[in-house]
Amino acid sequence: MPDPVDPRRFAVVGHNEPKVDAYALVTGKPVFAGDASSDGALHIAFLASTHAHARITSIDTSRAEALDGVSLVLTHENTPATMYTTAGQGFPEPSPYDTRMFNPTVRFVGERVAAVAAETPEIARAATKLIDVAYETLPAVLSIDEALAPDAPIIHGEDEATGIHDAARNIVSVVDVDIGDVEAGIAGSAVAVDTTCETQYAQHVPIEPHVVRAYLDNDGRLVLLTSTQVPFHVRRIVARVLDLPVHRIRVIKPRVGGGFGVKQEILLEDVTGLVTLRTGRPAVAELSRPEEFVSSRTRHPMRVRVRLGATDDGTLRAVAMDVISNTGAYGSHGLTVMSNAGSKTLPLYNRAPDVRYRGRTVYTNLPVGGAYRGYGATQGYFALETAMDELAVKLDMDPVEVRRRNHIRVGETSPIFAAIGEGKPGVEQTVGSCELERCLDIGVEEIGWADKRGARRRDGPWVHGVGMSIHMQGSGIADVDMGAATIKMNDDGSFNLLIGATDLGTGSDTILGQIAAEVLGVPLAKIVVYSSDTDMTPFDVGAYASSTTYVSGNAVRRAAEQARAQITAVASAMLEEDAGGISLRGEAAIGASGNRVTLEEIALRSLYGSDQEQIGATASFVGDESPPPFLASFAEVAVDTETGQVRVVDYVAVADCGVAINPHAAEGQVEGAIANGIGYALTEEMLISGHGRVRNPTLFDYKIPAAPDLPRIRAILVDSYEPTGPMGAKSVAEIGINAPIPTIANAIYDAVGVRLRNSPFTAERVLAALDAVASED
Amino acid sequence: MSTTITLTINGTERPVAVELGDSLLEVLRREGFTSVKHGCDTGDCGACAVLLDGDAVDSCMILAISTDGRAVTTVEGLETDGHLHPLQQAMIDTGAVQCGFCTPGTVMTGIDLLSRNTDPTQDDVKTALAGNLCRCTGYVKQVDAVLAAARQMKGGPDA
Repeated sequence: MPDPVDPRRFAVVGHNEPKVDAYALVTGKPVFAGDASSDGALHIAFLASTHAHARITSIDTSRAEALDGVSLVLTHENTPATMYTTAGQGFPEPSPYDTRMFNPTVRFVGERVAAVAAETPEIARAATKLIDVAYETLPAVLSIDEALAPDAPIIHGEDEATGIHDAARNIVSVVDVDIGDVEAGIAGSAVAVDTTCETQYAQHVPIEPHVVRAYLDNDGRLVLLTSTQVPFHVRRIVARVLDLPVHRIRVIKPRVGGGFGVKQEILLEDVTGLVTLRTGRPAVAELSRPEEFVSSRTRHPMRVRVRLGATDDGTLRAVAMDVISNTGAYGSHGLTVMSNAGSKTLPLYNRAPDVRYRGRTVYTNLPVGGAYRGYGATQGYFALETAMDELAVKLDMDPVEVRRRNHIRVGETSPIFAAIGEGKPGVEQTVGSCELERCLDIGVEEIGWADKRGARRRDGPWVHGVGMSIHMQGSGIADVDMGAATIKMNDDGSFNLLIGATDLGTGSDTILGQIAAEVLGVPLAKIVVYSSDTDMTPFDVGAYASSTTYVSGNAVRRAAEQARAQITAVASAMLEEDAGGISLRGEAAIGASGNRVTLEEIALRSLYGSDQEQIGATASFVGDESPPPFLASFAEVAVDTETGQVRVVDYVAVADCGVAINPHAAEGQVEGAIANGIGYALTEEMLISGHGRVRNPTLFDYKIPAAPDLPRIRAILVDSYEPTGPMGAKSVAEIGINAPIPTIANAIYDAVGVRLRNSPFTAERVLAALDAVASED
Repeated sequence: MSTTITLTINGTERPVAVELGDSLLEVLRREGFTSVKHGCDTGDCGACAVLLDGDAVDSCMILAISTDGRAVTTVEGLETDGHLHPLQQAMIDTGAVQCGFCTPGTVMTGIDLLSRNTDPTQDDVKTALAGNLCRCTGYVKQVDAVLAAARQMKGGPDA
C-alpha cells in the first residue's frame, strides 16, 4: 500500500516549478565552461596513439616546441608518474590505479601521447603533428575472448599499477556470489532457460563535449572551471596527480551540457591544470567530437549469460548470471559497473532461493569503459529480461504474468542487497515502496497489450509486435556516498542554498531548491541556489548512481529543518508562543493562536535586532539504504521483414520514483533515458577496425536518435511514497535507460519470432536473424 | 589572412574581422554570442544553429567570409522589451530545457519553422528538429514547446 501521505499537501514539492536556471539557458547566457572568456589563454591539443598497444621508444618534441606560438609540450617524459584512476569515485576509489597522466606504453588507439599548449587552437593542433614518436608495437588484445585466452598478451604488466585482481591474466576484478545451490536449483526445476546476450561499445554523446578552463587566482591557487559531474573528486584526484595540497585547488562546476556518466571522469583537468601551473597562464582544453568518442569513455561492452529455473507455474527457483565486462585499456569503474550488472538486477526477482553471480572484468586494447547512465544494470537487464521472456514462451504464459509472479514487493528483501556492493559488501535493506504492480497495470492498458500481443498485425512488409520488461535501480550508494547542504537566511526572508550536488542538466538545483522551499514555507523564488564550487559549497560526491534527489535531497531537507527550528525559536520569542505550535508557511511563522510574524521580520531581528545570530545550518546525509525506483516498460515495434529495419511505434514507460519533486523534471529524466536507450537498442555502436581503431567517431556515422526517429515517448509516473526519501522521493535518472534493449528485443520476438541477443538491433542483424529462421524452416 | 566583413547581428550592423577559414560559428562566439554552441563541427548536431537572413543554418557549416552584408539572429537577439520570445517561454513552461546546451539551436530552428508554418503538426515539428540533436529530453517536451508557442503566437487558448 502506498503511504497515506498525500503529495498534494505540498506547496512547492510535486509542482512543475520552472527550472531555476531555465532563463539563463533559453537566453544563451555564457553559463557553460566553454563560454568563459579565453582571452590570453593557451589552447591545448592532444596527440593520440595510432597503435592499439605499443611502447614509446622515443618521443621528440623539439620541432613542435620550435613552432611559433607554442608554449609548452607535455609528454610522459616531463609529467608526473603518479599512478591514479580517472574514475571520479569516493575515496579510496574501487578502481585500479593503472594509469598516469601520459603513459609510456599506450594501450588503445586514441590514447593521449602528448599535449601541446599554444596561443591558438590551430597552432596547438598543427604542433601535435610535429611531434616525432617512435613506437615498438606490442601484440594487441581486441576482444573479450582474446583477453581471456591462456597465452594472451598482458596489458598491464607494469609494476606500478595497483588494485588489479590478476594483471597476468588481464582480469581487473572478480565478484563471486553464491546463495543456495543454483546448479541443484536449475536441475530440479520443471523449466529452464539459458541465454547469453552481448552489448556493444556505445558512447554517452553529451552535446557539450568535455571542456575545462584553468587559471590562477590572485593568490596563485589553481582554479578549474570544468564540465564535470564530480567537482570534489576532481579536486582530490587532481591534487594527487599534480602533487598539490587540496586547499591550493578550487573546482567550479558551471552549467554542464549533459554528462550521463562520461563526466564522472577526470580526463582533462590534470593536463589543463598542469599547463597553467607551468606557464602561469590560463589554459583551455576542449575535446573534439571524435576525441569525445574515442578518447573519453564508453559504456562497458558485456557478455551476460543468464540461466533460470522455474516451476511450471512460472515461479523462479534459481537464477544464475555470469558476466564478462570489457573495460578496455584502463580499469575505470571496471569493478563497480560489473558489480551493478548483478546488484541492480537480481534483487528484482527475489523469489528464487538459489542465486549465483559470477562477474569478471577484463582489459583489452580498446577504448576505455566508464560510468554510463544505468551503470552495468543496462547490460545485465538485457540478458535477464530476455531470459524472462524466453521463460514465458516456454511456459506459454503471458510475459507480464511471469513478472508479476516473481518481482519483489514492499516489505521484502533480497540477499543480493547485502552480498554485492561497490568495492565492498552492500547493505541489507527491505523495500519500503514498490508500485510495480500498478506500473504493470497502467502499461498493459496504455500499450494495448491484450489486443496486440501475438497479433502480428501486418502493414505491407511491416509486422507489428509488443514487448515489455521490468526494472529497478537504486538511489545512491548506501553507506558510501555523502551529500551535504548549507542554508542561510537573508535580510528579506530569502535563503541561500549552497550545495555540492552537481546539476548536469537534470534539474537537481531546482528540485533541491523545492525541497528547501517546502520545509521553510517559502516559494522557490526565495531560495537562491548555488551549487558545486569546492570553495563555496559543502561537500557532495557529485551526480552519479542516481543519488542526488535521495542523498543530497535528504541533506537539504535536514539542513532546512535545522534552519526551520532556529526560525521557530525566534518566532516563539517574538510571538510569545510555544515553539511547538508554530509552523512556517506563506513566508511567515504562524503560531497556534493564528498570530504571525513574517520571515523578513524574523531575519531582520536575528541579523540586526536582539539575540543576533546567522540563522542557518549545514547538514549531511549518507544513505543506510538505497531505495530502488521501479519501472514497467512497454513498446510496440514494427519490423520491416524485407529490410530488417525496426521502428518503435509506441513506447510507454511507467515509473515509480516515489514522490516526483518536480513532475516535469522526473518525466524528462524518463523520456530522455528511454530515448537514449532506444538509440542504444537500434543504431548506436562504435565500430572498431581489426587494428582497434574506432571507424565512426562522428555524429554522422554514429547515429543517435533525432526527433523523427522516435515515437512520442509516454512517461507515466505513478503515485508512490518512499518513507526514507525527502518528501517521499527516490531516484529516477538512470532506470529508464535499462529498458529499451530488452523491451524492443522482446517486441521484435513478438512480431517476427526471432530472438536478438546482440545489440544494437540494426537492420542487418534483424534481417540476418530473419534469414536464419527462414532457412531453418 | 584577415579581412573585415559587415554583419548585422541581432539587428545591429557591425564590422567583423574574419580569417579566410573561419566558420560563422567561430566568428559569432568570438564576438561574444556564446549561445551559439560548438558541438560537433560537422553540421550534425545543430547546437550552432542561427538564423541567416531568416533561415536556420548550422553556423559551423558556413564560411564567415561568405556572410558579408547578411543578417544573423541568435538567441541573444530574441528578447524584446524584457519579454522572451514565445518559444523561449514555452521551452521553460513545458519543462523542455534540461542541460540547455542544445536549447539555443533548437529555439532558432523552431522559430524558423514557425515563420513558415504557423500551425504545425507534431510531425512537422519533429521533421523540423531533425537536425537538432538533444541527448537529454527525448524531444517530447521540446515538441510540446514548439506546438505551445505556435498556439501562443496565433493568440490561441494557451495565450
